[in-house]
Amino acid sequence: MSTTLVVLIVLALGAAGYVLGRGRALREVNGDQRRLHSLPSYYGTNVAMKTVVPAMLLMGIWLLAQPLIVETSVRGDLQDEAERQNRSVSLMMSDVRRVANGLDVAVSQGVMTRERASNMRTEFTDVRERLGQAGVALGSDVTSAVLRAAQRYRAISGRADLLRTGVVLALALAGLAFGLRNSTAGYRARNVVESGIKILLILAACIAILTTIGIVLSLVFNTIEFFRLYPASEFFFSTTWSPSFGGGSELGIIPLLWGTLYISVIALIVAVPIGLFAAIYLSEYASKRTRAIAKPAIEILAGIPTIVYGLFALLTIGPLLLRVFGDQTVGWMDAGTAVMTAGLAMGIMLIPFVSSLSDDIINAVPQSMRDGSYGLGATQSETIRQVILPAALPGIVGAILLAASRAIGETMIVVLGAGAAARLSLNPFEAMTTVTAKIVSQLTGDSDFRSAEALVAFALGMTLFVVTLALNVAALYIVRKYREQYE
Amino acid sequence: MTDATASAAPDAAPRRGKSIVTQDTNTRKRNAAEKRFQTYGMIAIGIGVFFLVALTWSILRSGLPAFTETAVTVEFNLSQEQFDEAESQVLKTAAYEGFFVRALQAQLNEEGAGDVQVEEDAVGRIMGNVGSQIREFYRANQDQLGQEVSFTVPASSRVDRYLNGALSREDLTNSRFLEPEDLDIVDRLVDSGVMANAFDWTFITGTDSGVDNPGGAGIGASVIGSFFMMFVVLVLALPIGVAASIYLEEFAPQNKFTDLIEVNISNLAAVPSIVFGILGLAVFIQFAHLPQSAPLVGGLVLTLMTLPTIIISTRASLKSVPPSIRAAALGVGASQMQAVFHHVLPLAAPGILTGTIIGLAQALGETAPLLLIGMVGFVARQYPDGLASGLLDPNSAMPAQIYTWAARADPAFYEKAWGGIIVLLVFLLFMNALAIFLRRKFERRW
Repeated sequence: MSTTLVVLIVLALGAAGYVLGRGRALREVNGDQRRLHSLPSYYGTNVAMKTVVPAMLLMGIWLLAQPLIVETSVRGDLQDEAERQNRSVSLMMSDVRRVANGLDVAVSQGVMTRERASNMRTEFTDVRERLGQAGVALGSDVTSAVLRAAQRYRAISGRADLLRTGVVLALALAGLAFGLRNSTAGYRARNVVESGIKILLILAACIAILTTIGIVLSLVFNTIEFFRLYPASEFFFSTTWSPSFGGGSELGIIPLLWGTLYISVIALIVAVPIGLFAAIYLSEYASKRTRAIAKPAIEILAGIPTIVYGLFALLTIGPLLLRVFGDQTVGWMDAGTAVMTAGLAMGIMLIPFVSSLSDDIINAVPQSMRDGSYGLGATQSETIRQVILPAALPGIVGAILLAASRAIGETMIVVLGAGAAARLSLNPFEAMTTVTAKIVSQLTGDSDFRSAEALVAFALGMTLFVVTLALNVAALYIVRKYREQYE
Repeated sequence: MTDATASAAPDAAPRRGKSIVTQDTNTRKRNAAEKRFQTYGMIAIGIGVFFLVALTWSILRSGLPAFTETAVTVEFNLSQEQFDEAESQVLKTAAYEGFFVRALQAQLNEEGAGDVQVEEDAVGRIMGNVGSQIREFYRANQDQLGQEVSFTVPASSRVDRYLNGALSREDLTNSRFLEPEDLDIVDRLVDSGVMANAFDWTFITGTDSGVDNPGGAGIGASVIGSFFMMFVVLVLALPIGVAASIYLEEFAPQNKFTDLIEVNISNLAAVPSIVFGILGLAVFIQFAHLPQSAPLVGGLVLTLMTLPTIIISTRASLKSVPPSIRAAALGVGASQMQAVFHHVLPLAAPGILTGTIIGLAQALGETAPLLLIGMVGFVARQYPDGLASGLLDPNSAMPAQIYTWAARADPAFYEKAWGGIIVLLVFLLFMNALAIFLRRKFERRW
């Protein structure tokens, strides 16, 4: 039975439970609602909830756990074979999964009978060809160990699927019966339903924690795996980045960090003065009408997807810079993709970010401080420079840190605009690359996920995550401290 | 200021330059500084607006040509005998090409441009493989044999670019795809009205083409891919986000656990999007073995990314509902849960909706995580046929498709990428306008 069908049956049972539960409670009091503890619909919801929620939770957990358990038991068989063939078990496991999948497809298409799929032997049949008939293309010939493991895989999963269907349906029915038995006039259905809903609300709130845990775990495990294949000291201190999938790659992070830093600094040099002055003008000088037009106009820049800035860098800024600084004039630039190209585009992207954060912060400076300064005879610009900005400084520093974290984590602009060569150079018109761009290029190739060249992306991601997290935490701390000061 | 009074006190005689009518140097300097400072601010605003205009101009100038195509319309009449004869030959498409060239020549003569001699090679360069298009048409519609049919054949992307002004005659030296002499023919074709610009519906409705056919590439399939992703985001992120916000805003006690959730949400809102891509790759594809490049996986990753945005805006709109509403509900005997679900939530709904739409618009334009879960690097040639296939079969999404085009070697795809951006921005503009409209219409000030 397919998972969808089981879900539908459980939902149908839930709907039936609602009707039955409501009806039973009403019958018990002969239709006189006043004698019930709760409104009739709560009795129905109570039964439906008890039918659906536990069954669905069990199914979700089971679906997550089943592949893991099945794989561990099959993996044990493959251990010896893998050592004999000198291949990694995880590589063989992916073969096994592919063959098992192929057998499923072949059976469902009628190319193979069920018995044949589970008894076939490589000695007598060309499995690859047979699966090819069903439209499943395999990269290599199937060895007998892999085929046997795949058949065992299918057998165990098949049994587990059957068991799952049975247990889930049984649990739903049990919930239904339990809920119905409780539907008596004095039963506090509303309280039960409400505490059930509250638990669901708490679970929803926990998704944020789960996401963080998921990010950390997926980064940490793969990073550890990477450091097993490649020494950590080389990764952090080597100054060359030259991955080659044939082996013998050098994966030093320093040139990537340099590129990231260089581009971010250029972006901030563009964005911070413009953003800050725009914020000052908008909050202190601009008339209501100017503000109503200029503020949304600048904030539109923040709503434009980064891919647009990437394309703008690649196809507009790059060629423009090349015309000004290229071979025809000063010859500083060889190609359109360069640190400057990406930095400028990123700077434009960050202007609204800096300006709207600073705007909020400048507006939060109490009016009494301005009045005090004017009272002493200071001009408006003197007030801004000598009173408001010092008062707002911590908040503005926080805003700049947030912008820096944005710049470091930005991907599309550097993938399209900064080039692909990792180098340590001071010339801003040369192509350099960043941590994020290399994460993309190492994970989108046709490489094996378990090789050091692909796994390095997780170590890069870990570095990126830690750096941006530190910046964000520092920025949020400063901003919060600052806000408390004037509240 | 202090100096002024101090020095004025001993000597009572009026001094020159200290009048309040004429400004002294110091005041002039201070006023000039004031002016300068204000000008800096105006310049900053000007630069910001300039960038916005430059961006818009650059998008429109480069992207609008993607929506039109240059096509040749030829009246065509193929008899049954000619069809049989062509089908019996070895080089069938070449035979059809011959028919086409003759028909084109006839039409040119009719339009008064008979001095142009079209040859098969030139037609091949200008219009691509005409023969196979005609052959396919007649094989599919044999009843049209012997009747007058009007054929519209798109010109190659280079001719397109030449007519748009993106390609000049000088650029064409040593190109085997298009020779300078062909451009003379193109000019005459345009003059005589046989070749004209028309709206290119393939770009809107079509699917992606191979790397060698920029003219046939369309964004339709990836619009559908994006649509399915947004469907997943809406179905998952809205209920989960609202539920989480209700808990945090209305029920959560002040304790360590609540703080932990709050810190997590504010940090997730600032985690770089590429990290969510890594999460999606590791958890949904490597661990849970969901299919690569599927809109379902893209939707799941974008859901996790959008959740903090939705939670933050939902909490803000729940907070803006005045406590008197809750108190009144509790006062007439509602339980806390009833007060929230029956009274607070409906009042906060417009704000929640606005926040959700803005979150969805953000998710729609996000590209980086999609690269990691494999939504680029293949050609999305097919429309999905149904809900399950739409969610699980490999497809592209609008931003991923734009990236794919931008990364291709043929510069003719750049135009398509800009065109794709226009389509994407139209969607974003529409969503944001809807959000603003909803806010204006339903916003209540308490």
